[in-house]
Amino acid sequence: MSYRLGVDVGGTFTDLLLVDESSGDVFTAKVPSTPDDSSIGVLNGIERVCANAGIDPGKITHVMHGTTVATNTILTGTGAKVGLVTTKGYQQVLQIARSFVPGGLGGWVIYNKSDPLAPLACTVEADERMGADGRVVRKLKVGELRQALRQLKGENVEALTVSLINSYANAANEKAVAKVARQELKGIPVSLSSDVVPEMQEYERTITTVANSYVRPKVSTYIRSLQRKLKRRMQSVQLHILRSDGGMASARVAEAYPVNLLMSGPAGGVSGAVWIAQQAGFNNLLTFDMGGTSTDVALVQNGKAQLRRETTVGDVTVRASSVDVRTVGAGGGSIAHVPELTGALRVGPDSAGAEPGPAAYDKGGEAPTVTDANVVLGFLPTEVRLGGDMRINRERAAQAIKPIADALGLSVKRAAAGIVDIVNENMYGALRLVSVEQGYDPRDFALIGFGGAGPLHANALGKLMSSWPVIIPPGPGVLCAYGDATTRVRDEASRTFIRRFQDTSVDQVARIFEQLAAKAERTLEREGVKQRERSISYQADIRYHGQGLLLTVDFDLRKLKSKGLDVIGAPFDEMHRQLFTFALDSDKELVNLRAVAQGKPANIAATQVARGGKQALKSAVIGTSNIFVDGKDRTAQLYDRSKLRSRNVIVGPAIVLEMDSTTVILPDHIGTVDDYGNILITPAD
Amino acid sequence: MPAKIVESKPRPFKRVNLDPITLDIIENAMLNARYEMDAVLFRTAMSPGIREQHDEFPMIANLEGKMVVGQFGSFIHGFKEAYDGTIEEGDMFLTTDPYSCNGAISHINDWLLLRPIFKGGRLIAYAAMFGHMTDVGGKVPGSLPTDAREIFEEGIRIPPTKIYKNDVLQEDMLDLILHNCRLPHWNRSDFNALVAAIRTAEKRVIELSERFGDDVFYSALDELLERNKRAMGKLIKNTVPTTKQYFEDYVCDDGLGMGPYKIKCAMWRKGDKVIFDFDGTDPQSIGSINFYLNEEMFKMFCGVYMIMVFDPQILFNDGFYDLMEVRIPYGTLLKPREPAALSCRTHALGRIFDVLGGLLGQGNPDFLCAAGFSDSPHFMYSGYDKNGEWYQLYSIGFGGIPGKPFGDGPDGHSLWPSFTNVPNEFLESYFPLRIEVYETIADSGGPGLHRGGNGLRMGYRFLEPGEISIHDDRWLTYPWGVNGGLPGRRSEKILHRADGSIENLPSKCDRIVVEAGDLLYFNTWGGGGCGDPLQRAPERVAFDAKAGLVTRAGARRYGVVLREDFSVNERSTRALRKKMADERGQAPIFNFGGDIDTLKARCEAETGHPPPSPPRFQSWAVAELEKQRKQASSRK
Repeated sequence: MSYRLGVDVGGTFTDLLLVDESSGDVFTAKVPSTPDDSSIGVLNGIERVCANAGIDPGKITHVMHGTTVATNTILTGTGAKVGLVTTKGYQQVLQIARSFVPGGLGGWVIYNKSDPLAPLACTVEADERMGADGRVVRKLKVGELRQALRQLKGENVEALTVSLINSYANAANEKAVAKVARQELKGIPVSLSSDVVPEMQEYERTITTVANSYVRPKVSTYIRSLQRKLKRRMQSVQLHILRSDGGMASARVAEAYPVNLLMSGPAGGVSGAVWIAQQAGFNNLLTFDMGGTSTDVALVQNGKAQLRRETTVGDVTVRASSVDVRTVGAGGGSIAHVPELTGALRVGPDSAGAEPGPAAYDKGGEAPTVTDANVVLGFLPTEVRLGGDMRINRERAAQAIKPIADALGLSVKRAAAGIVDIVNENMYGALRLVSVEQGYDPRDFALIGFGGAGPLHANALGKLMSSWPVIIPPGPGVLCAYGDATTRVRDEASRTFIRRFQDTSVDQVARIFEQLAAKAERTLEREGVKQRERSISYQADIRYHGQGLLLTVDFDLRKLKSKGLDVIGAPFDEMHRQLFTFALDSDKELVNLRAVAQGKPANIAATQVARGGKQALKSAVIGTSNIFVDGKDRTAQLYDRSKLRSRNVIVGPAIVLEMDSTTVILPDHIGTVDDYGNILITPAD
Repeated sequence: MPAKIVESKPRPFKRVNLDPITLDIIENAMLNARYEMDAVLFRTAMSPGIREQHDEFPMIANLEGKMVVGQFGSFIHGFKEAYDGTIEEGDMFLTTDPYSCNGAISHINDWLLLRPIFKGGRLIAYAAMFGHMTDVGGKVPGSLPTDAREIFEEGIRIPPTKIYKNDVLQEDMLDLILHNCRLPHWNRSDFNALVAAIRTAEKRVIELSERFGDDVFYSALDELLERNKRAMGKLIKNTVPTTKQYFEDYVCDDGLGMGPYKIKCAMWRKGDKVIFDFDGTDPQSIGSINFYLNEEMFKMFCGVYMIMVFDPQILFNDGFYDLMEVRIPYGTLLKPREPAALSCRTHALGRIFDVLGGLLGQGNPDFLCAAGFSDSPHFMYSGYDKNGEWYQLYSIGFGGIPGKPFGDGPDGHSLWPSFTNVPNEFLESYFPLRIEVYETIADSGGPGLHRGGNGLRMGYRFLEPGEISIHDDRWLTYPWGVNGGLPGRRSEKILHRADGSIENLPSKCDRIVVEAGDLLYFNTWGGGGCGDPLQRAPERVAFDAKAGLVTRAGARRYGVVLREDFSVNERSTRALRKKMADERGQAPIFNFGGDIDTLKARCEAETGHPPPSPPRFQSWAVAELEKQRKQASSRK
């Protein structure tokens, strides 16, 4: 008998999901988060969920955890003091970056660039040179480097990055630097760019590796402390951390390559959404995770989230695979304003955050937020208890919206409706980015809404996108824990191999793929994944020779061996046509080759709700709310979600309440409850 | 004959009332469509110039041709005036001739595509985009000869042409054009990419019009232009004085040994309207530094600059055009007569921004930015490698962003929107060269309360014999400082031959033969400083010194004395600052580093180049300008 546990640490609650691996039975628990040391909340939760299941925590073998520690370290600027070793002539590689100034024509006037993540004063040059063809032009001058590293020691650097020109083609010189560094800077973790991301482009490779060093000590402390506490309670437990790309890494690998954890949090949400939607029978979906300050959206096709080769957090963009989650600065706390010169209504990007929060929360906030607009419109009725004890103050919300209404010459209700429309439009833009703009038709996708504010806005977004049904899963926190618990152990090995098709052979390419596969499998082996549980897939990044873009093609290695490189080339032409309306006659070029190894999927059965009729139980109806929608005053029924049964049909306008989320079903729409407690919203006809 | 618009079902649009929310939604959707155009182009283009450096500009205009979203303003009005033919559904126009579109593009390397967007048999909008092609034929690789006297030397010139008719590509025509280019496969794929981007815009416009209805969409675009006009009207009233402001700046030389060339502009407000008058600008050059300046584009430069300086929240579009009047005398450097050469226009184009900053800032010194990276230096390298394959690189250099009232100028960055550098590893893997030095030049940024950004030093080691071309400027005149800030350092190009000899290259040159092993240091200039350097926090100066962006000696120009460990020696700093302040007295608003005569007198000693000789102008141009001046004064 073994158990695996998914843990999601949110701002307010820590959610846990315990899975009995033999039966697939699941147990959940929700406990308050402990922001000062989140492991306390986790341990409390473990006690609670094990009590619910009636088992001894010692029986848990795997703990799967998504974490925002890496992200927050960058956002709050609290990472390590990073030393950097570059090739001679490249000390300022981060200072110059890509020379890009944001903001369009004249944008430079207001652009103030932040200082590099590795300070220039802690950046030294190594006298060495690698050629673009991987041949050593000049060997490392060890003596000079030793001197320079001693200087760095005086600067008290806490982590070191080595990033040399053309090291993606040959890592020999970086390894030579690392050897000296380990002697001179004992005990300081060293990250090599050829190890973290062996791909072309010196700035991107350097910033990625520096980011790795920057978050490494914090992440390491967090993971070790959590692991220590878990082990104290459960001797044989293995801790796994969810990576940005939706795969699981062992605690040890996660610690060494924390740059791969920057999107760990959102990836958990997407994985959970995928799993839950699959139970409900939907494999193509748009995920819509709306929180207090931002909204994350992603596209999932055939049950697989789209991956992107880069990750952006704050103003740092790194080369690390992540679930293609687009984030817009629009959330429940986004503040509305009307600039005097244009008289236009704008929402965000400023946010009231958790403190002081929306005016309606009565915690001293006065700025008009999206949440306040929802309160004025009656979508967030005063019956809602926030996290159990906070009450909503409708008057305060109306007071906050009043100045906006005055500036626009509209009634307070109409102004509130405008705020909601604008914020919906911003999120609609993000959803388009991952769908229409990538060549996907949103009408082929269901939309799943979660996060604190997702269920409030999901129906409206479904209307804009024509994506049906809109799925509202039960319990937005547990959803992320589902994501953690259901994720497979995964590792990938990749290398840059730039060759035109005619300049290489199937044999050569296949050989590299086999080497990469072996490397990725070794990681899984170390994680205790048995050979029969592993599966390997192959990917190539490819383009027309001369292009800057890269498209990723998945393929079957056996087919490649028997039928040749066209097994990669033909799907590429097709993707190019789908994305850009044309394909070219030009030579195709391989750029990156990748093998991905995965463990077996988890055995989990989703919790089911009791079956009921079309009509909801009388006791589920808990009142009414006066709402303002489509320019009219209407009355919406209020429902208690915990009393809803499978097959219940709720006719809009209606509002469904549960402890940590509120679902709006608009007029002319119905919500049907499925066997798993999901509400599936569709147009009424 | 102006162009004739042919619609199969012409019906007038109705101006309807809009709620403000719908308007904002359409505004956001149009902005998204414009960014989507960029995204499609970058991903599918092939030339590093477009693909990596983003030398391209998109636009979506309303059915009258006014730019609603975009960058450089609309040229459609001028195009329609000049084009003698029909505009029909299924047309896509291609032009590369600045003289045929009133300067909407300013050299033939820019391929401009224009698409009228029809829906239900009516014209509803336009989409357009142009991108810089690495080569369009002509006398030198890169098609930008520094010594051209006529536009005919600059490659294949395409008048406004329907490259698609009825949505069918005119393949013969495209083949003919590509046959004249050195890298036809790049031009072809970049062309395809431009077409794909424009089709994206078209799709979005039609979707929007379907979603909201044609009349709402039409009215919304109108209202967006109106909204901008109202906002800009207030801005102009608040910031532009009625008394005339003058400013002048220079292009250092013409590549033929003559210079500097003056660009002069006056600005004043008359009622609601601001007037710009370029009277006093030098006559057109017999060489190729002429810049055919489109008046509307200048309005856009000006409007955007004002918006950025005074209120970045305003969305810019063509709405405010009626509030500006631009007078550019015919026959000047900025309005040359066809077929004057234009291939070195980048310097005058860039310098316009410094002129604008100087003009607008005089009345509002608190908002005055220094002079800076007002150019895009070009570097070109081409030849046959040892396998006999032709290689050809065109790239744009970056430098020091000026110090500005809101903070320091970044080091080695781009003033041009959306431009990025080409990764050196990319260059090294596709071209026979190695970048041995890639750093900013310490002390090259002008000292100031807000430091000017440092210029960039790139050391190119050539691995194959070939030829290089260079377009650069600001080697004689300085990027000036403001409000007490000092000028930035000037540019230079030094070629270290493999045989040990050293050559000091002029700022504009073509077909310099290089051998394997030669090393070129291409040093761009720094941005001017903004505000009093003696007021800059000494800790910030120390920080820059420790970072290697400013030297110890350079720190003294801020009056800051540093100890061995880069900490501030406060006593010595106080004393030095007092002494410097006393000696300097009242700091001038502008610091040009000396007048033109002084700069020329010191030229040879400081730059190693003889001073340029005074420009020779064509007699007709001088007479023409005199005539226009007389006419103008008689009108008064």
